[in-house]
Amino acid sequence: MDFGPYFLLATLEGAVGAAVLALTALGLSLVFGVMRIVNVAHGAFFMLGAIIAWWVADTLGAGPMLSFLAALIISPLAVGAVAVLAERLILRRLNYNPESTIVATIGLLYVIEQVALMTYGPDARPVVAPIDFRVQLPWFGYSGYKLLVIAASIVVMLAVWWGLTRTRIGLMMRATQFDSETARAFAIPVDRVYGGVFAFGAMLAAIGAVLVVPIQQAHYLMGNDPLLLSFIVVIIGGLGSLRGTVLAAVIIGLSDGIISVFFSPTLAKIIATLVVAMILVIRPKGLFGTQSA
Amino acid sequence: MRSRWANKATVLHVGVIAVLFALQFVLPEYHHVNLARVMVLASFAMGYNIAFGYTGLLSLGHAMFFAAGLYAAGLMAQFAGVSAAGGLLLGVAAGLALAAAVGCLALRTTGVSFMIVTLMFAQAAFLATFYFGEYTRGDEGFVIPSHLRHLFGLFLAEPATRYFVALSLFALCLAISFAVARSSMGRVLAAIRENEERTRMLGYNVFLYKLVALTISGAMSGLVGAAYGMLFGYVGATFASIQYSIFPLLWVLMGGAATVLGPFVGTLLMFYLVDISSGFTSANMLIVGLALIGLILFFPKGILGSLRERAAPWLP
Amino acid sequence: MAAMTLLSTENLSKQFGGLRAVDSVSFTFLEGEIRALIGPNGAGKTTFVNLLSGRIPPTEGRVVFAGEDVTRLPAHARVNRGIAYTFQITSVFAGMSAMDNVKLSAQRRLSKGLFGPDPALLERVALSALERVGLAARRDEIAGNLSYGHQRLLEVAMGLGLDPKLLILDEPTQGLSDEEIAVFVTLVKEIAQNASILLIEHNMDVVMGLAHTITVLDRGRILAQGTPDEIRRNEAVRRAYLGK
Repeated sequence: MDFGPYFLLATLEGAVGAAVLALTALGLSLVFGVMRIVNVAHGAFFMLGAIIAWWVADTLGAGPMLSFLAALIISPLAVGAVAVLAERLILRRLNYNPESTIVATIGLLYVIEQVALMTYGPDARPVVAPIDFRVQLPWFGYSGYKLLVIAASIVVMLAVWWGLTRTRIGLMMRATQFDSETARAFAIPVDRVYGGVFAFGAMLAAIGAVLVVPIQQAHYLMGNDPLLLSFIVVIIGGLGSLRGTVLAAVIIGLSDGIISVFFSPTLAKIIATLVVAMILVIRPKGLFGTQSA
Repeated sequence: MRSRWANKATVLHVGVIAVLFALQFVLPEYHHVNLARVMVLASFAMGYNIAFGYTGLLSLGHAMFFAAGLYAAGLMAQFAGVSAAGGLLLGVAAGLALAAAVGCLALRTTGVSFMIVTLMFAQAAFLATFYFGEYTRGDEGFVIPSHLRHLFGLFLAEPATRYFVALSLFALCLAISFAVARSSMGRVLAAIRENEERTRMLGYNVFLYKLVALTISGAMSGLVGAAYGMLFGYVGATFASIQYSIFPLLWVLMGGAATVLGPFVGTLLMFYLVDISSGFTSANMLIVGLALIGLILFFPKGILGSLRERAAPWLP
Repeated sequence: MAAMTLLSTENLSKQFGGLRAVDSVSFTFLEGEIRALIGPNGAGKTTFVNLLSGRIPPTEGRVVFAGEDVTRLPAHARVNRGIAYTFQITSVFAGMSAMDNVKLSAQRRLSKGLFGPDPALLERVALSALERVGLAARRDEIAGNLSYGHQRLLEVAMGLGLDPKLLILDEPTQGLSDEEIAVFVTLVKEIAQNASILLIEHNMDVVMGLAHTITVLDRGRILAQGTPDEIRRNEAVRRAYLGK
């Protein structure tokens, strides 16, 4: 294949990655933005979403389309329920102390991962894509499902944007993010907003995961890479900023896809990690600065 | 009053080492090996405790310092034929240099940013062990040739020797912790942990103190990493993974942060908890996760920290 | 007294966004003085002393201390040169004993090289600082368990432990009872034998009773300066500050 088509293929692959990453990172960013906590278990929620999707599809045993749609509804709801439980039982009791929360969510990450290992097992299993259709380009054929993933991600993000800017719930979230004490004074149920945001963040990761299982198989350790990449996106994109997060996700997702096609993916990851660390070092007051002790 | 406390504490710590020395003659073989391993890992935890416990630097990247020592000793043995004594020195040097370099950058941040930055640097170091897989053999790792595992004529793979060397390492790290806790520097570190700004306004260069604490902590971790490689003969990427940054945090939390013996108590307990649980499930990290959540929720001062608060204020 | 300049500022300014909290202040402070810095809330008093102690960097201007330009020195280095600052909000190390708090303030000065100070000497120096503020009997109490008034005194003892040339006291009598204030005034007079004192204070009785000179800040600028009597008579000060 010539360079041009090869580059197009790499870009398409990157765009699929970026679409899923944007959803996942958006969840992490919302949680950080509103609650001022870093959820290390975010990748575990992603993995849980994928595994539940497989389980739903497998149990239902209906056609690919029906199974997939069922998974797309049930899996995020189930993951959201787990997140609400974690928020009630753990984070609230820690009073959302930033450092304790990190330690606790690391614990949560292990618990979810290990429970998945005990129940689902160590194997990787796929979900059949809902549509089996290839788009024939002049140089190569490309999976129609992957294009659908990009479209679905855009739709979900537009819905989130609409919800945040145009609804009462979105207003409450933004008020809480701006100043939780004042929000409380204006009779906004801050506790419930926190619970809701934490669940919603996890559900976004789960939606991303359901979209990805037909491409990448479900596995109990699959959450680690999305977690790391989401961190990178959230730090580069700016917190609580939807546009920044989405933009950073597109850039990182695309460049990750493109770079991994041309270079060693390990080197790309090393460089990305170091760049992110340096961003935090050079701008210590930048993104996480306001709530550091 | 103070000197009587000092004596009590000295007796306790010397006593612990004496008991550990005596145990080797009575323990069955299985626990004999385990205890040697626990003493080495507890030494790592004691190094971590200097940063996290005494100075309040919550690092999520100490695996990189441990791995720096492990790989410095392992790779130099593998490719340059350096034996144990040289390996241990290289381990200290590697941990020290890496901690000083990382500290200069990471200590410009505090709190959550510091946690993320150390996590990121450690992740880069972990990935580097794969990138240089030609030498490190990545996940699979490599075995240090047994003819190089000699220290002053002692063969380190021999169980009794291994136990003795592990105990010596443990005693050394215990002495360092004890000295730091009791020193005037230890008082400054505790002050930084409690109120950084106030400490600065007493004329202390807070950045420098934190850097020194992190460097001591990194050098100890590097030494322990090198010793681990030489004592158990295996070098692999697992030891650079995030898990090995979380373990010392967990051990120190469990035993009690900023207590000299806490890291040992925590390591011993967690080691056997995981060991027992792996008897009936492959998901033995479940215990680690539950312990982390339980400790941070209900028992943030750990075992010896709570004991010190309630019954033994003299405990260093 | 031989009036040597201990501290001076030239056109010292601090800009916070659109607000000029300290505006071109040129200020001279003589050795041996007890100087009070007064002014209405928001006049820039705390910002001004933060610039002196180096807790925040100035936007413009210079700070000269004991003949040395310290504008670019970090806070801890200024403390080492003899500028001590006691916090407005009490911030003793709550988890440590009163004795350890004072030891912390004294040990850096008494240390030689890499090794810490002689323990006996440190003990003596710290105890004498505690004696001067009347807390010697509470040396082993955990600072966090002390009463508010005692914590303020401990804060002063920590200032003494530094053996400063200039002791900046930021609203030291806030929240103290009348008896505690009387004790405090006597204490400041005693401290002034060996150190110069810059006092930010709202309590006018304390100011008039202690200060040799008073500097009045208003909206980031020096409005007036003079002896307590002069300030009391100053029309501009009355208008801006005393509200008369």
